[in-house]
Amino acid sequence: MGKGRQRLATIALLACALVCSESAAQAGPAVGQAPVDVVVWHAYRGQEEAALRQVARAFEAENPDVRVRLVAQPFGAYASKLESAIPTGNGPDLFIDAHDRIESFASRGLLQPITPPDAEAFARRLDGRHQAAFTALGALHGYPLSVKTAALYVNASLAPDPIESFEDLEALALPDGVFPLAMEAESAYWTAGFFAAHGASLLNDEHGWGLEGEGALTALRRLSRWVESRVVPEESSGDLVKRLFSEGQAAAAISGPWLAPDLPEALDWRVQPLPVVASTGARMRPYATVEGAYLAARSAQPAAANRFAAFLTFGEGALLRARVARQIVTDREAWPALEGDAFLQRFREAADDAAVMPTHPHMRMIFGPADRAIRKVLRGTATPEDALEEGRHRFDDVTRPLPAPRSPAWGLAALGLLTLLGALAMVRRLREPAFRGALRKSMPAYRYVAHAAVAVGLLVILPLVVGGLTSFFAGRGLEEMYFVGVANYVDILVARGGDLLGHGSFWLVLAVTVLWTVLNVALHLVIGVFLALLLHRPYLRMKALYRVLLILPWAVPNYVTALAWKGMFHRQFGAVNALLTSLGAEPVSWFSHWTTAFSANVATNVWLGFPFMMVVTLGALTSIPKDVYEAAAVDGANAWQRFRLITAPMLVPFLAPAVAMGSVWTFNMFNVVFLVSGGEPDGSTEILVSEAYRWAFTRGNQYGYAAAYAVLIFLILLVSTRVASKAAEADA
Amino acid sequence: MTERRDPMWIEVLVHVALLLAVAFALYPVLWVVSAALSPTDAPEVSAFPFPRDPSLRHFAAVVGTSDAEGRWLFGWQLFNSVVIAAATALTAIAIATPAAYAMARFDFVGKRGSTRALLATQMFPGVAAAIPLYLLLNFVHLLDTRSGLVLVYATTAVPFAIFQLRGAFEGIPKDLEEAAMVDGATRFGAFVRVVLPAARPALAITALFAFMTAWNEFILAATFLTSEEMYTLPVVLQRYIGEYDAQWPAFAAGAILVSVPVMLLFYALQRHLVGGLTSGGVKG
Repeated sequence: MGKGRQRLATIALLACALVCSESAAQAGPAVGQAPVDVVVWHAYRGQEEAALRQVARAFEAENPDVRVRLVAQPFGAYASKLESAIPTGNGPDLFIDAHDRIESFASRGLLQPITPPDAEAFARRLDGRHQAAFTALGALHGYPLSVKTAALYVNASLAPDPIESFEDLEALALPDGVFPLAMEAESAYWTAGFFAAHGASLLNDEHGWGLEGEGALTALRRLSRWVESRVVPEESSGDLVKRLFSEGQAAAAISGPWLAPDLPEALDWRVQPLPVVASTGARMRPYATVEGAYLAARSAQPAAANRFAAFLTFGEGALLRARVARQIVTDREAWPALEGDAFLQRFREAADDAAVMPTHPHMRMIFGPADRAIRKVLRGTATPEDALEEGRHRFDDVTRPLPAPRSPAWGLAALGLLTLLGALAMVRRLREPAFRGALRKSMPAYRYVAHAAVAVGLLVILPLVVGGLTSFFAGRGLEEMYFVGVANYVDILVARGGDLLGHGSFWLVLAVTVLWTVLNVALHLVIGVFLALLLHRPYLRMKALYRVLLILPWAVPNYVTALAWKGMFHRQFGAVNALLTSLGAEPVSWFSHWTTAFSANVATNVWLGFPFMMVVTLGALTSIPKDVYEAAAVDGANAWQRFRLITAPMLVPFLAPAVAMGSVWTFNMFNVVFLVSGGEPDGSTEILVSEAYRWAFTRGNQYGYAAAYAVLIFLILLVSTRVASKAAEADA
Repeated sequence: MTERRDPMWIEVLVHVALLLAVAFALYPVLWVVSAALSPTDAPEVSAFPFPRDPSLRHFAAVVGTSDAEGRWLFGWQLFNSVVIAAATALTAIAIATPAAYAMARFDFVGKRGSTRALLATQMFPGVAAAIPLYLLLNFVHLLDTRSGLVLVYATTAVPFAIFQLRGAFEGIPKDLEEAAMVDGATRFGAFVRVVLPAARPALAITALFAFMTAWNEFILAATFLTSEEMYTLPVVLQRYIGEYDAQWPAFAAGAILVSVPVMLLFYALQRHLVGGLTSGGVKG
């Protein structure tokens, strides 16, 4: 016995040693007068990252007492990471981010107010609007670094003359298939300036829904006409804009300074101010976001970080960023040195014309509803009037007041009562002699399960319970959570007072989720079993090769293939439509209709999931004894009879658990829905998990509300698996 | 399905069906490959994904990333991914194996309850646990460490691993251990020396799944890791998708680099895969 345990212990120790070796690697050598470390987080890549590095080196050369440690963060997780890392003291000293989150950051205590080393220079060298953008709670909370905004890129060989207005663009004589303008017409961010030129803005002065009135309608109708007459591409994305313009398939493009480094050298292009809308005479006025450096709360080196931030903002720092990363820097005194740089100058003019994006929290929440409204019109599924009205409802729904706080006394009382009842039940059972005997007999088994119970209990069940408990709280973000009782649940179950089966209601999404699960699992099962039966044929050639190739979808990370499938379903440039047209069929706008968008999701998930069922079935088939078939063959059973009478019943016990597991996984298959259709069209292909995610992350961080969704998902799955297993037992 | 061979046309039909399935399975993968090999930053899309002049520059760019101090970041990150995934597999197996054995062989108070609890953990959407886990790891100072991630991944993988292994152990005849125990082995000795070797295929497959959990995960990794030399490859992959634009070819190249090791593992273990998965019974 000793030996076996020793060996196990050795393995565990080895694993531990392997993992723990990092602590040694982490502690770097301390050399003489160790400089202080300033940790800077950013989400830059490519040239912007390179420029940041050069600035850091230049700063270190002048300030040998400081070492700047730059840490690149993945953009997708950036904000949530800042929110969790800074309050717990794991954050950076300085971080770079756009200005539009400053209010929520500052009000949650993630930032420190800054005191520029040279206050007079700060006031003189920076635009007042940029200073204002970095003022929150009445104090300066960051250094404005650069402005991101849009201008017009023009392909000089397709449009040699200056473009003054959108009408000029429409009138261009272009070769077949070339778009006059590549822009993201379906995005509220990219069309906001176009609405502005028609006198409409996304947010009104009270921070409410602003897309209304004649101006907004006219702008929408024009956009819709442009898509119809192929002035702008349909279903466009930033990637598509880049591709069309780089390949000379668009005479002009609306994009930011980040497009320039990706353009091929052979392309002859120029940048100019955005066009004017001839009917109103107003110029398209896009949003500008100002990126800045923020001093994080709980920074260990605030003074050194502050010095570096100032260095980054002004003078040499600004010039390096402008020259290397092509940033539109905010330091006014850097610009004379950039005199000859036409590209930067044009973008600077564009930045001066642009509207600095408001920092009100509602700003971030308007894009979802506004995008949807615009998309519906451009895809011809709603009239502009209806779409805008619906958008307003959606926005009001997302920004509705949070439930009123309840006294936590009720919650605590309920919790106390439950604990007490549980404890009582436990004590009563413990006093039963039979139970105590059983418990004694269980002791040897407990020695085998104890560590698993502790590990799973602590690291899986406890976090889930805590996560579940947040469903009784409300608040936007983590810090301001307060107890609301079951208000979140009531809200969800009555569809926030709206139509119970209306758009985005819990019950409708549940119906979609159930359909999604049933369809997927059925297809997984049918395809998996069918292929396994084929692969199981005794004389099949190249069996091993087929098997490996068919398992392949399983081995590729699903977020990668989900993105690949999304690209394949694109209306104009997707492979699926290319295939359809080469077969003589009409191309399909996959994400404009519920049926096609839902099918695209299902196709992707079937692709991801059939290998699992195939492999399970293959394994089960090998365990069916051959002589049963031989007997059946002697009795004259045909192939179908053999399958129905022998194979199928034998497979059931093996497949039942796989189906149960598969159903649970599919029910919660977030990646596919989120990455492929993204809920399109209009949130109707959303399933419960992705809906929960939206409430947590894109609808103003309503974590409590999202947690209530998660608990409901859990309860539904729990009840339905119990019912299913009871039914199976009754069958058997 | 005995000695009798089917007529030729059935063989042909079978191959046609299998080839269609293979085409369906490979098509998106080819699409990723062709994007990764494209010579430009904006890959062309057509029905047949074959790049016109393939170039390895995106692979070179992804593999060659280094940080401000000139350290070879990709090397570190590959190392992290391998160590974390391997340690996750080992730890998950170490935790799950005895528990699964007890579930397969012993009767004990709370067995039904714990089986249900394990099943229930699979039903709760994982996102809900991210923030509590963050606070927990912070409390024990394991944020931004490989060990912290291994702990989280391994415990996440344990419930499924227990189901898998329990089924495998149930499929091993009891006589084997009983014979060993008659020969003087203890219960634990019989478990280690008789049952475990017999369950090797299932152990390999369970380890593979645990490995994949850790190898492909990026949400928790992106949240818990705060320094670049600690990142795992999926986190790095996410960096190619930025706020304003996405570098698809680089993303695709990285995706292939991330997928190849798992594909090789699948290839190496494919014989076990077929037997090892089947026995996993989930009984509520």
